[in-house]
Amino acid sequence: MTQTARIISTYTADVSGVNSALFELGGMTVMHDASGCNSTYNTHDEPRWYDHDSLVFLSGISEMEAIMGDDDKLIRDIVSAAQQLHPRFIAIAGTPIPMMIGTDFRAIAAVVERKTGIPSFGFATNGMHTYVQGASMALAGIAERFVTEELPKTDDISVNLLGVTPLDFSVNGSAEHLRTALEQRGISVVSNWAMGDDLETLQKAPSAHVNLVVSYAGMGAAKVLRKRFGIPYVTARPYGDWTDTIVESIRLAAKNGDSMEPMTGRINPSAVVIGEGVSSVSLANAVTYETGIQVRAVAATEIERSKLGVSDCMARDEDELMPLLQGAEFIIADPLYEPICPKTAKFIRLPHEGFSGRIFRSEIPDMTEDISYITQAIAGRS
Amino acid sequence: MLRRMGGETDTSGAMLPIGNAPFPAPFRSELEYSCSARGTWNIVHTGFLVPQAHEIFACAAGCLRGVVLTAAEMNALDRFSTIEIRENNVLEGDMEDLLIEGVTDILHKLPYKPRAVLLYTSCIHHFIGCDLPLCYSRLRERFPDIDFTDCYMNPIMRKSGLTPDQLMRRGLYALLKKRPLDPQRISIIGNNLPTDKNCELFAIAEQAGFSITEIHDCHDYEKYQEMAASSVNICYQPVGKAGGEALEARLGQKLLYLPLSYDYDEISRVLGTFAATLGVTPPDWSKEIAACEDALRHAKTVIGSAPVVIDYTATMRPLSLAKLLLTHGFNVTALYADSFSGEEKDDFAWLQAHYPALPVYATVQVKMRVLPRKTSEKTLAIGQKAAYFTGSPYFVNMVECGGYYGFSGIRKLLSLMEEAFLEEKDTRKLIQIKGLGCGCV
Repeated sequence: MTQTARIISTYTADVSGVNSALFELGGMTVMHDASGCNSTYNTHDEPRWYDHDSLVFLSGISEMEAIMGDDDKLIRDIVSAAQQLHPRFIAIAGTPIPMMIGTDFRAIAAVVERKTGIPSFGFATNGMHTYVQGASMALAGIAERFVTEELPKTDDISVNLLGVTPLDFSVNGSAEHLRTALEQRGISVVSNWAMGDDLETLQKAPSAHVNLVVSYAGMGAAKVLRKRFGIPYVTARPYGDWTDTIVESIRLAAKNGDSMEPMTGRINPSAVVIGEGVSSVSLANAVTYETGIQVRAVAATEIERSKLGVSDCMARDEDELMPLLQGAEFIIADPLYEPICPKTAKFIRLPHEGFSGRIFRSEIPDMTEDISYITQAIAGRS
Repeated sequence: MLRRMGGETDTSGAMLPIGNAPFPAPFRSELEYSCSARGTWNIVHTGFLVPQAHEIFACAAGCLRGVVLTAAEMNALDRFSTIEIRENNVLEGDMEDLLIEGVTDILHKLPYKPRAVLLYTSCIHHFIGCDLPLCYSRLRERFPDIDFTDCYMNPIMRKSGLTPDQLMRRGLYALLKKRPLDPQRISIIGNNLPTDKNCELFAIAEQAGFSITEIHDCHDYEKYQEMAASSVNICYQPVGKAGGEALEARLGQKLLYLPLSYDYDEISRVLGTFAATLGVTPPDWSKEIAACEDALRHAKTVIGSAPVVIDYTATMRPLSLAKLLLTHGFNVTALYADSFSGEEKDDFAWLQAHYPALPVYATVQVKMRVLPRKTSEKTLAIGQKAAYFTGSPYFVNMVECGGYYGFSGIRKLLSLMEEAFLEEKDTRKLIQIKGLGCGCV
């Protein structure tokens, strides 16, 4: 494998995933990096940056600090910033060079916490994984640290939405419509991790019957909440009418306590959707459910194999992806994938912030309640 | 629930009166905030100035993300490829193989043959001790009809020797191949933006029978190579100087460093140096200076006593500009800069002596994230960061002096200030576009 991309983009990295997941929770996140991660994050990975003053900073590590293993400066600078800005918590995330020099983020967080009295986390990201992994770590950290109290369950069946970031849900109303789509089907939402709800609301998570993992970024928190409070999780993103099936799974999980991944039969797919794992599998299920056309999901970000359907697969590089696209009747993917797609396939543009950033933001459809954007494009095929 | 964390009004740590500020770095180096102003160029934008060249970046995914999307926003992904370094490469130390085979794979897959490849290596290569000379040697053997040059995305080295920006501007000309020098030919080097052709450099050159070329004039690789024939290279940006020195050593091209300034005496002096180098008598600049004075008076009647704020991205000489405006009655109320170029030392001393209360704001200090970004009165901002931090829609949308140099540069800037003061701009939209003037959308 050459690990090359002749022309396609690359996904948001794990370190930005940490920032994105924690953005609205009142903390301070520090990327331990020389430079570059800061502007990449706030230009391409964070649509909320201009209007909302979340505290996300860069350490600015230099060659000499890296060679000398000078963690003291990092700690001193974090403590100084915390004393000026009083965040609710502090998160420290890594990049390639700190990984190479073996930076102990947990130890640094412990020292920072002792010096500031502010809950602190260290996340050993390294810029070599996708945002899904970083966001998952971050939300798991929040669950571990802040969700500690067993609470009585709500009267109605309820869920927490886990793994909601603009990287998968943009800022087009999708995050809000997750709630309405479920409420219309009799499922209430206790908390949204983490767009639209604050840390106090997240702390009420144990009162929900089920966790709905709407992107793989929510899996870390789902596992923590499962272990600590026995809350089962359903892995699926609501899309159109297929949400009915998801709701059935939620009710079943609430009743049996079993975690599950609702799936449609997609054994002989003739089409492909590429993207984040949970979103892609869910969209493949939804399209198959509504049109009868079987779709294969290609997860380009990290996901457990067990969360995929039998015909689904994981692929990341151009070399891996291109053979999977041969013979497809249509391909649903971010526009920056189009150059590697066969001309024989109809290409349906589905922009994804986690891949193309802000470039096509205005085109990103909100398909939470209605996937006609896709079904009409399919119907229009000649 | 999202809310502004701000309301913070204590500026300590983020602002200093210039009278109390140390030179050249007024603020402590701590955690860094990055504001939303994106008009300055990065190494991707700059590299694309080499015509018919292909850029290949080799680094971790997190580092690739920003550069890939820079290229995508330029609609230039067909000239851009990547090699992703993963954990196993760091552990196994197969960095040379990854680089050589990765570049080979990309070049075999490209639907066209680039004339040159700008290969960007990263902090990881540096720290792991990758044998880059070996990699370039192998690639040159494999692709003898493609020129390769070394470029760097290694920000960890920004405090050790040349910065990535300096290296990039040096790398822009590293592909030039030695050829006989043309005594009548001059290049201007080191700039991302083309120099305004109305500036006095062009007039002096024309009078002396010289032609001036910039990389922006070179629409194909052959034209670019002709820059190697220039007998003199002019540079007016500190970050471009290292490139000029390298060309002087390698190709024998004389470097004429003529720093940008907003001071009449300094401008007269550097233009005089230029004229003397070309063997012509320096013109009498009194008419040019009088025209500048007229322009300053006119701008003052338009802008009046409104606050004027200046940031370091608008021009390499914000202090020189502040001095010019203050000495002509403008109400300069703040500067936004994290450090100053050594060339600004005299202007800094002058401002300390005459306007010691003038505030200097950091742009990366963490408090700048939460300090109020609005002003109570109509404010003219010169530069995107100044506009962002004051929330002003009246701003000169300019980076790197906009290519406006010399006396004509002063007049052009004054006309832009007037225009900016009279016409509101969509600050939010404009300042978030990357690489002002590079074609990004």
